[in-house]
Amino acid sequence: MSLTQGMSAKKLLAYYQNKADQDAREAKARGDLVCWSASVAPPEFCVTMGIAMIYPETHAAGIGARKGAMDMLEVADRKGYNIDCCSYGRVNMGYMECLKETAITGKKPEVLVNSPAADVPLPDLVITCNNICNTLLKWYENLAAELDIPCIVIDVPFNHTMPIPEYAKAYIADQFRNAISQLEVICGKPFDWKKFKEVKDQTQRSVYHWNRIADMAQYKPSPLNGFDLFNYMALIVACRSLDYAEITFKAFADELEENLKAGIYAFKGEEKTRVQWEGIAVWPHLGHTFKSLKGLGAIMTGTAYPALWDLHYDADDESLHSMAEAYTRIYINTCLSNKVEVLMNIMNKGQIDGTIYHLNRSCKLMSFLNVETAEIIKEKNGKPYVSFDGDQTDPRVFSPAQFDTRVQALVEMMEANLAAAE
Amino acid sequence: MYTLGIDVGSASSKAVILKDGKDIVAAEVVQIGTGSTGPQRALEKVIETSGLKKEDISYTVATGYGRFAFKDADKQVSEISCHAKGIYFLVPTARTIIDIGGQDAKAIRLDNNGGIKQFFMNDKCAAGTGRFLEVMARVLETTLDKMAELDEQATDTAPISSTCTVFAESEVISQLSNGESRNNIIKGVHLSVASRACGLAYRGGLEKDVVMTGGVAQNAGVVRAVAGVLKTDVIVAPNPQTTGALGAALFAYEAAQKN
Repeated sequence: MSLTQGMSAKKLLAYYQNKADQDAREAKARGDLVCWSASVAPPEFCVTMGIAMIYPETHAAGIGARKGAMDMLEVADRKGYNIDCCSYGRVNMGYMECLKETAITGKKPEVLVNSPAADVPLPDLVITCNNICNTLLKWYENLAAELDIPCIVIDVPFNHTMPIPEYAKAYIADQFRNAISQLEVICGKPFDWKKFKEVKDQTQRSVYHWNRIADMAQYKPSPLNGFDLFNYMALIVACRSLDYAEITFKAFADELEENLKAGIYAFKGEEKTRVQWEGIAVWPHLGHTFKSLKGLGAIMTGTAYPALWDLHYDADDESLHSMAEAYTRIYINTCLSNKVEVLMNIMNKGQIDGTIYHLNRSCKLMSFLNVETAEIIKEKNGKPYVSFDGDQTDPRVFSPAQFDTRVQALVEMMEANLAAAE
Repeated sequence: MYTLGIDVGSASSKAVILKDGKDIVAAEVVQIGTGSTGPQRALEKVIETSGLKKEDISYTVATGYGRFAFKDADKQVSEISCHAKGIYFLVPTARTIIDIGGQDAKAIRLDNNGGIKQFFMNDKCAAGTGRFLEVMARVLETTLDKMAELDEQATDTAPISSTCTVFAESEVISQLSNGESRNNIIKGVHLSVASRACGLAYRGGLEKDVVMTGGVAQNAGVVRAVAGVLKTDVIVAPNPQTTGALGAALFAYEAAQKN
């Protein structure tokens, strides 16, 4: 009987998150390769090559959620990284510095001994992709330079117009093939195209069940609280090309379907209003943001951020154009009009009454279009919105009282609209 | 029926008692806010002024940053909704509200029925708020209540940036040491506050009537500066510090009727 048989989705999530890190530690111990990867860079090539994967963004988010970000940020501060840089990048640079010091001196620095950070090994190579931001290029180039290791860059140009033109897909597919060639050199073995097909199929099964979970927010009342997508997304990021993600997501989607049938909903008590959350979660204050909404009778039933990993494509397409399209159509890699369309679709599907925009100091790409996006959507569907200042992993940027005031006002506006409509 | 609204702000505590959702029986302000004895003192003062007893109050709504810390409230409502409610009650023609309080500035757009169409608040820092004026008054060796009068005597407007209170303070010190007149600097400080608040008002789409409220609306220098930037008349809400508490008392009346 397998170890995971009969485990709840929540237990599977914890089990496979730990297992992915353990796999990387064991790979390192065996002398096999470990790769650090940008969150929406394709893992399919490295997994085909049998390389263990670690995701610094997810790792940093975990450190933030466990209240350990400040220690790593201070290490990065001392190395001269400005606070205007992305806090995922700074936390990761801080962590990397600690690992590097350990490797050089044989002694773990105090800050790492006391850190709640998941224990992951240093990389032997890094892979990055600019389909979610360009900071990832400099961040990973920096990792590669600091550690003197190879850096594979997959260039995915921004889509200023939609739909995505064929030449863009062809260019990205060439980038994929170039990455494969680089991996063949790094690994000293030919790329296994048969295995690659299996990995693509696996990825598609993970994505299918991930989308099943997100789809549950369409029901009113909802069996899914959108904050659970924030919790479970660690696996769609870090393990989508392994069966870890598929097994966990299938279990969670099945549980949610059962709950829906049984009339068990995410919100205990009356679900008064439904909100959309736009932007990355405020990991160090995740509990506060969740409880604040809950206390006001509001449930989150739509968020485009976890939907970044809706990476469905045709796994049989050997031209790789379909896969290229999946990795470039991510809404933050597209024009304003497409971003508006994506968010409005989520609002319609999740039966949303209003939106909370996270003006995230770290993530300029996700934040700078917020003002315009919010106003266009408000004009189109009349739903109220608020924005608040925060940061994905730097706990100093977020003010709980400021958040609460804005969110309470939003809830009051949504309730007034609902009362007027009755 | 008597209802109570209490607005526990960052710099002051305000309380209003309302009779039958129509008549303001008493309104009091204590110039100390959340985390202090201010809220309790405001409550005691307003009860005393009204000649009522605590038991006469049917329902209490708290608002402001300290709304959850005020334990005697039956319900908490955000200050955005309370200001909108209070202003619409006092000035039914109001469509744009500019509220500048101790640590935040906000612009609220109302529809024809007094509902909130949209609101925008200051973000990142408290430059352009009451705290900003307090810091400036101290550097300029004056008091908040004298600033409007000194502003009126200005012959020019000294440019003061509005991006950061600390930087603006050093700018004021530098202007003083360069021999700029204190009155001109005060006028510049008022324009700096006004320009930030007006930026918020423009975001919501400016529509008349424009009503100013919050403690800073008591400063005629800032009001003149806002009117100048917006190029429109600005109505100052009667007793502007207590409009949030008034809105809270109105919400309390509505809630009491439902109960």
